[in-house]
Amino acid sequence: MWFRLEPRAQASRRLRTAAPLIALALTLASGTVLFGALGQNPILALHTFFIRPIDSLYGLSELAIKAAPLALCAVGLAIGFRGNVWNIGAEGQLTMGAICGGGLALAFYGAEGPWLLPLMVLAGGLGGMAWGAIPALLKTRFNANEILTSLMLSYVAIQLLGYLVHGPWRDPEGYNFPETRLFGDQALLPVLVEGTRLHGGVVLALIAVGLGWLLLSRSFAGFQIKVVGQAPAAAAYAGYSRRRVVWLSFLIGGGLAGIAGLGEVAGPMGQLNPTVSPGYGFAAIICAFLGRLHPVGVLLASLLLALLFLGGESLQMHLNLPLAITGVFQGLLLFFVLACDVFVRYRVRLGRAAVGLAP
Amino acid sequence: MSPEVETVIAILVATLRAGTPLVFAALGELVTEKSGVLNLGIEGMMLIGAVAGFIATVLTGSPVAGVVFAMLAGTLVSLLFGFLTLTLLTNQVATGLALTIFGIGLSAFVGLGYIGTPIQGLPPLAVPLLGEIPVLGPLVFGHDPLFYLSLALFAAVAWFLARTRAGLVLRAVGESHEAAHAIGYPVIAIRYLAVMFGGAMSGLAGAYLSLVYTPQWTENMTAGRGWIALALVVFATWRPARVLLGAYLFGGITIVGLHIQAAGFEASAHLLAMLPYLATILVLVLISRDTTRIRLNAPAALGKPFHPDA
Repeated sequence: MWFRLEPRAQASRRLRTAAPLIALALTLASGTVLFGALGQNPILALHTFFIRPIDSLYGLSELAIKAAPLALCAVGLAIGFRGNVWNIGAEGQLTMGAICGGGLALAFYGAEGPWLLPLMVLAGGLGGMAWGAIPALLKTRFNANEILTSLMLSYVAIQLLGYLVHGPWRDPEGYNFPETRLFGDQALLPVLVEGTRLHGGVVLALIAVGLGWLLLSRSFAGFQIKVVGQAPAAAAYAGYSRRRVVWLSFLIGGGLAGIAGLGEVAGPMGQLNPTVSPGYGFAAIICAFLGRLHPVGVLLASLLLALLFLGGESLQMHLNLPLAITGVFQGLLLFFVLACDVFVRYRVRLGRAAVGLAP
Repeated sequence: MSPEVETVIAILVATLRAGTPLVFAALGELVTEKSGVLNLGIEGMMLIGAVAGFIATVLTGSPVAGVVFAMLAGTLVSLLFGFLTLTLLTNQVATGLALTIFGIGLSAFVGLGYIGTPIQGLPPLAVPLLGEIPVLGPLVFGHDPLFYLSLALFAAVAWFLARTRAGLVLRAVGESHEAAHAIGYPVIAIRYLAVMFGGAMSGLAGAYLSLVYTPQWTENMTAGRGWIALALVVFATWRPARVLLGAYLFGGITIVGLHIQAAGFEASAHLLAMLPYLATILVLVLISRDTTRIRLNAPAALGKPFHPDA
């Protein structure tokens, strides 16, 4: 090896903040190369990707609309990741929230009142929570790996949604399209700014970020989560229950993801169809790490990931590039974020180790 | 032959075919995990392998070249994972997730121009005489070459881990990297090799899907098989023979679902598609319930990063 890593006595605080920015810069650099290789003018492509989608009020509101579900999911995931609980099934919990909340809107179609929307939010949250409770139960009761169970349940939830909108919940007047009828007006989140689609879900996301910060930084439960995550032995010695952290992580993560799903169907979509989410639940994993598992960081990271979604659409529209480019950027970004973490914990020394030291 | 027997044979043959990609991917992950590295990126590596194999087949016209290329591509992306986790000591769980997200994105991007392109996939071996024996013929001699390769690789991995010195060293590294390092074994280099083997096998699994199982490229065509393979390794309590058994069990569940529909039962395709995932959860629960067994069989250093000075 032409370099080696020396562990730092203490993680560098300065680099802790700088690392995500370095990662972002590296992603942009890779993007420039990628666009060049595709025969595009890199400056124009980057402008179309990162600037053009948000150069208007409408664009900014679209950014907020996409960032809201990401932030909701990612705050929940970040809390779990802090406690070493690997919930990667936010996509499924989001879908179940959409199904439960949306189902309520369909059930009371034509008999709505102002009471419906709060009930839908509640049902969405509870639906996601219930879906998150399954891996928690299987983990605490049967020791089943939560990564695999939560992910498998995502596939199950997505198939369930497909079944419902293709079958029993299909719009009777919808010409056989696999989608439900449009929800009634009282079942839709209010639009906040005239002329945009900015809806109440954005407020819910901001509240979630605030509460997430309170939980992690200002509460005993948050402290327990962090200790269980960083020092399991110390946590066991102090009597902090690992089970409780697993349950807490999944219930919070599931609930927030469920509300995110409800926000999609009662917000921009106004109905249920087979693709409630373009992968928000998975992208939220990136948000959680990019935001350094801190709620405020997660919020900023969600805005960036939302921009990647919008940028992909913008590239498709204006430069005729495939939408899949968003996925490439997401993957690259997460790789760079993880790689840059090395600078926080280690000093990188060029050259081989001195003779006598370990190789 | 009566139609019932023919149906049963058809189901069995289809089961073996559906299980084969899982055999490849799970055997690869088994070796990787035995060295102490948890690579959650199988799904991503399989997709990269599937698309690389497909494109190489389209360009060269040779599915054999496709298979080789898929394995190379799988190895290449696994090296990316290896560099991050082994050299830069990143979190293995997070990096594996990154690899999957990256693989899904990259394969969709690269494969865009190839959706719907027809190819000549790998045909089944047509063994003269032997293949015409009733019952036995189609069951034993009627498969594609990669199926036989999967059996050979299973035997090789089982023999390597249990009977060779190199296999013993690999397992030692996975049980205690400090001890292996102290004796003088190159822990990091051995882990790199194990990760690369896992990558090549995942690439092969992907190629099986895009060149044999359904000879075409569609976005996200692995549909969670990479994750099922991961679950299989736990289900098998890190033993190759049980990996094989588990893979065919899961293949069978997929196929039975299809046959229920073909037999005219009223069942939604969406509900039937849930079966493999639900079965995975069920099997994980049944096997993990016995915590002692998992603790005794899992490589002790699984998922732990190794820094020689630390």
